[in-house]
Amino acid sequence: MSVLDVRHLNVRIPTEDGVIHAVRDVSFSVDSGDFFGIVGESGSGKSVLVQAIMGLIPGARITGEVWFDGHDLLTMKPDALRKIRGRAISMIFQDPLSSLHPQFTIGWQIVEQIRTHRKVSRAEARRMTVEILGKVGIPDPDTRFSAYPHQFSGGMRQRVMIAMALVLNPALIIADEPTTALDSTVQAQILDLLHEMREEFDATILMITHDLTVLARVADNMMVMYAGHKLEAGPARELFARPAHPYTSGLLRSSPGNYEPGTPLVPIPGKPPSLLNPVTGCVFAPRCPDAMSKCWSETPPLRTYSNGLETSCWLTEAPSEPEASEEMQDVSTLPITVLNPNTTELATPIVQINDLELSFRSKRGRTSVDVLRGIDLAIFRGETLGLVGESGCGKSTLARVIAGLIPATGGKVHLAGHDLSTVNHEQWRSLRREVQLVFQDPYGSLNPRRRVGSIIGDPFRIHRISSGEKRKKSVQQLMELVGLNPEHYNRFPSQFSGGQRQRIGIARALALNPSIIIYDEPVSALDVSIQAQVLNLMSSLQKEFNLTYLFISHDLAVVRHVCDRIAVMDKGKIVELAATEQLYADPQHDFTKVLLEASAPEEKPQSRAFPELLSTVHAGDLTAGDLIAGGVR
Amino acid sequence: MARFLLSRVGFGLLVLFLLSLFVFLLFFIAPGDPARVIAGDKATVEVLAQIRAKLGLDEPIYVQYWLFISNVFQGDLGFSYRNQLPVIDIVVDRIPVTVSLVFGGVILWLGIGIPIGVMSARKPGSVRDRLGQSFAVVGISFPSFVLGMMALYVLYFLPAKAGWKLFPPSGYIPLTVDPLQWAWHLVLPWCTLALVSAAIYARLMRGQMLEVLGEDYIRTARAKGLTERRVVYRHAMRSAMPPLVTQLGTDIGLMLGGVIVIEQVFGLLGVGNLAVSAVNNQDRPVVIGVVLLGGLFVVVMNIIVDTLYAFLDSRIRTAA
Repeated sequence: MSVLDVRHLNVRIPTEDGVIHAVRDVSFSVDSGDFFGIVGESGSGKSVLVQAIMGLIPGARITGEVWFDGHDLLTMKPDALRKIRGRAISMIFQDPLSSLHPQFTIGWQIVEQIRTHRKVSRAEARRMTVEILGKVGIPDPDTRFSAYPHQFSGGMRQRVMIAMALVLNPALIIADEPTTALDSTVQAQILDLLHEMREEFDATILMITHDLTVLARVADNMMVMYAGHKLEAGPARELFARPAHPYTSGLLRSSPGNYEPGTPLVPIPGKPPSLLNPVTGCVFAPRCPDAMSKCWSETPPLRTYSNGLETSCWLTEAPSEPEASEEMQDVSTLPITVLNPNTTELATPIVQINDLELSFRSKRGRTSVDVLRGIDLAIFRGETLGLVGESGCGKSTLARVIAGLIPATGGKVHLAGHDLSTVNHEQWRSLRREVQLVFQDPYGSLNPRRRVGSIIGDPFRIHRISSGEKRKKSVQQLMELVGLNPEHYNRFPSQFSGGQRQRIGIARALALNPSIIIYDEPVSALDVSIQAQVLNLMSSLQKEFNLTYLFISHDLAVVRHVCDRIAVMDKGKIVELAATEQLYADPQHDFTKVLLEASAPEEKPQSRAFPELLSTVHAGDLTAGDLIAGGVR
Repeated sequence: MARFLLSRVGFGLLVLFLLSLFVFLLFFIAPGDPARVIAGDKATVEVLAQIRAKLGLDEPIYVQYWLFISNVFQGDLGFSYRNQLPVIDIVVDRIPVTVSLVFGGVILWLGIGIPIGVMSARKPGSVRDRLGQSFAVVGISFPSFVLGMMALYVLYFLPAKAGWKLFPPSGYIPLTVDPLQWAWHLVLPWCTLALVSAAIYARLMRGQMLEVLGEDYIRTARAKGLTERRVVYRHAMRSAMPPLVTQLGTDIGLMLGGVIVIEQVFGLLGVGNLAVSAVNNQDRPVVIGVVLLGGLFVVVMNIIVDTLYAFLDSRIRTAA
């Protein structure tokens, strides 16, 4: 029996730029007791879909039907829908810090939820709250009842959110990216908790995520969304093992975890379309390796396969597996003079750190916090050193010390043979060329009011290397090198996608031929298909120019894929440092083991026979009733 | 908390000390002879010298300042050049008028400004929002003396011509004498004062509310199934208030130092009025007294706001 039945849902959101058609004729149903996953990249419409059916997007124009408990949620009066929210359908959101009210105690917030929907005394509501807090694993729930959200860690906050979602025993729990903002070890705990709670409360869970690996662990059934469309749905196991849609198979191909480390990834080329424009044919056709001529003109049919998969695609055989190709053109033909490949000096460390200490003093110097505690590290030319650890372990701070942005309070840092604590201002100026940073957030780290050409040209200007036409030429060569169109020299960052912006950051870092480039979570803000493109670019640049990378990440699959050696950091110390495969095969330190366990690789898709096609429903075959209900054009 | 308060009070005292030094120096540099002010144009040189000696004006500036500041610590701000009354009495005498004006105004402008701001923010771009925004623009662009004179013309002059006594044009009746008369005399000044500030606060509130209503925890509140009323007035208001409290503290502190224009228009003998006449009369001790009083109000209000903040923000409260 289905708990939630969505039929021909369309969501249009009016904006200044036009009407965004965020969800386009999506139908699916979630069975009672199911763990149902919706996966999609940013802009796929997955969050909009659930928020729209819950009446949480003001101004959205919604058509279709959403059946829940005998009622169509879309035709309900706002007040009736409000009574379902939080009682029969509850929600868990991505960022547990911003999703809880900072000025109320967590106990108060849960009690409020109970008393909104049920006539119980304050004392009873409090008892229920303490009980549920205990169940989701909050230690000492009776005293923590009166604590504020900021007094909890991220994982504990998400437990509070889950407690709030469970307390009224709802028929359906919608979790919107519940683990995305959390460290990988915590992420695993939260997923396990959701799983347990589903058993205990006999709840149905609808989980939205961009992360396929997360769903592979927990989902029974799932749906793949792309640009507002449902492309494929079915049992999660089958979907991972033998996807019938080229997009699903492309997503799986883009995950570094599915590759031998060091081999180039096969990304999905291109980027998602704008949701402002109407679609003719298949929405994925421009990026599809198997696109046929009719994919561009005719709406794909819905095909049902013997393994339970439903796929919206013209293809009737297994999607092809394109080979990895070097995305870049032959760089040797480029008249780049700033870059200087150098294949010798393998044994000389570019960065040498001895017993590095860093502590921050609080106001008036009464207490101090040790952020880095006795770090020894050497980074050699041409290698990629991975730095992994949970948030707050000091990995970004270490990067900043190496880049000279924060002075160390103890120990020595040698950069390209210079001791950072003794260099003077002038020497620093030239040393800065040797170390460059690429930051995590491609949206926040580029000045939105400056043109891309001048952003990438900054290093040439600051170090007075070239100006005018000469600088412009160098910048355009760099743009070409990182796969940007040099004609876009005069555009602003906002006119580029996330992946392209990260290429801008890489181009800027490359400009001065630095000894080392520090990447601080360079791909964690990017979608998996785009992430693969950027990772490929990084590794081909490294091969071409013998670059040295320090690669900071929390994503172990990515780190394993790109790094030669990995340093594991915990509480300001490097607890283990080993060659990548050795670290994975034989982790020594307990913390490394925990970290590896939390990100245990999902099962790789097995090459099984492609399932039998059971039925095909063409867009034109829809019944008159469907047409009226769904507003299908 | 006690530590925090102590440091704020110490800092406040330092501010007041610097303020007194600054005003004192300003007068020393400024042209004009106090003795001449006191004695008048026809005074002889001997008389002037006598006055200077009596007031200590022939001493070097640091001695004068020392005398002044040591008296201040004994609660003595000196005597008015004009009528020889103690400055402290003159100033304190004016405080009830200004306090009545400001606090009545505050209640009125919060009562108008906050609802308009919330209403606008709940449906940005709607007719209600545009009306609220127009109110804000009009209110902010009107100088208060124009508003005051319009109020006088429409609500006093026109009715008086027709033989009605709607509102009194000026004057102040102490609250302790007759509360009804007190309020009746203050209605027009209150409204004038409130209208301008209400416009500013409506705008501030709208901005704050819009920001808060976009927060994730507001989405959570809605997802919990709370009524829209509760989402707005309990959850959103709670976060939108602190910046308003800051602004309000500063505004009250500043205004208690004298609401010059409105006091003039409505003939209220408050601190602002005193400041104007003291400056006109070159009555140096009174001006210094008024400035120090204004500074004191600002400092005190700031301490109150900082303390309130700790109660309003759980993150500050629990960090201590």
